[in-house]
Amino acid sequence: MMEGKSVVVVGGGAAGMEAAGQLAKAGARVTIVEKESETGGHVSKWCYLFPDRRKSTEVIQYLNSQINQKNITLLTGEEVNLVEKKGGRFILTTSNGKELDADAVVLATGFDLFRSERKEEYGYGIYENVITSADLEVMFKKGEIRLTNGGVPQKIGFIHCVGSRDEKVGNLYCSKLCCVTAVKQAIEIKEFLKEARIFCFYMDMRMGGALYEELYHEAQVKHGISFIRGKVSEVSQTIDHRLVVKAEDTLAGRPLRMEIDMLVLMAGMEMSQGGKRIAQNSRIKTGENRFFLPADHHFGGNKSNVRGIYFAGACAAPMNITETISHARSAVQDVITYLSDGKQ
Amino acid sequence: MADFGFTIIKPRVIDYDSNDRRIAEYIFEREPSFRLCIECGACSATCSAGNFTRFSLREFNILLKRGENSYVKNELKKCMLCGKCTLVCPRGVNTRNVISLAQEAFIKLNGHEV
Repeated sequence: MMEGKSVVVVGGGAAGMEAAGQLAKAGARVTIVEKESETGGHVSKWCYLFPDRRKSTEVIQYLNSQINQKNITLLTGEEVNLVEKKGGRFILTTSNGKELDADAVVLATGFDLFRSERKEEYGYGIYENVITSADLEVMFKKGEIRLTNGGVPQKIGFIHCVGSRDEKVGNLYCSKLCCVTAVKQAIEIKEFLKEARIFCFYMDMRMGGALYEELYHEAQVKHGISFIRGKVSEVSQTIDHRLVVKAEDTLAGRPLRMEIDMLVLMAGMEMSQGGKRIAQNSRIKTGENRFFLPADHHFGGNKSNVRGIYFAGACAAPMNITETISHARSAVQDVITYLSDGKQ
Repeated sequence: MADFGFTIIKPRVIDYDSNDRRIAEYIFEREPSFRLCIECGACSATCSAGNFTRFSLREFNILLKRGENSYVKNELKKCMLCGKCTLVCPRGVNTRNVISLAQEAFIKLNGHEV
């Protein structure tokens, strides 16, 4: 029933690749538009994944096999600026001025990591040895964790909720994945550097996903990682380039100060710039959190306010890879229903 | 010394780096479940001593981990080792053993063994 139908998938990350693969299997002609030169999105920048520490390359391999089908066309280095509905069909205008024709559209524009410079009080881009969770993954890929002077850090701090649950940066929502990412990364550091002491500064430990709590448990008892409940208020630097962290230890009810060698900021997730542009130009509704707004939170998680345009993955809300894959599959289900009876 | 009518207020900040954490380390080594404490307060809620005095096992646990040893040493005496805290702990921490080990550690610390 999908034969002869064409679908454009905007974004070639996990959500877009899975959606494209499933649509192609159902018989549709699919075009993926990806702004980078390669597909894979954020997943390809990560080294190991939570909660089971699987290599990200395994997930990329799976996704590549999904899009390795003859009825899938890949357009890279190009972005979609506008989606217009005309006479029951869609025209997508790209950054190169190309016009793509489609019977249905899947938006899989994903997320951008919160730019940690915006939380100036933590000193990212100002002090040496303040890095983000993404920077740490680059170190994991290189296989070494080093200070800027080449030394090995002995005492490392993680700050949770950087750019999440923070009215000051306009993000009231929880990015959901950073807690478990901090736990995963803390364990990984401990495996690299047996002697290192690690402290996670958190507001709440949100360990809602499958096996997250178990990982947290392992971090505490097996790896001796310390968790301090308190949002870090500010970071400063000593004359010998160590970092001073100030927080309230809220469970002790007392202010706490500590010197550390390296600080990792757990950057949250924000609606991607590309997604925002499409939303504005094409009048697709977004929520207060600026992510795409699903038509119904219970039954229409993939539906936009325009029939024939569906969301897949983290462009609709922060979600992990497991959720992204499921979300992409359910978007495909909506596309198939829409194209078969047109009554969605 | 002459009384000039003012005092020096001790800072309330937990100075993590200068605190002596040997007591905590002593316990972690012998009772690893202590690391699992998330300070939920179930222990203090059920604590017999805590219901009649200002003793809070939750506060005791966290300040012990932070190395606030003078506080810990003083509070230690209030526990009667009834073990109700261990029964209610959702993380399976052997809280009763934590107290016993803390007592042991302080004795050894005085004999410079810890």
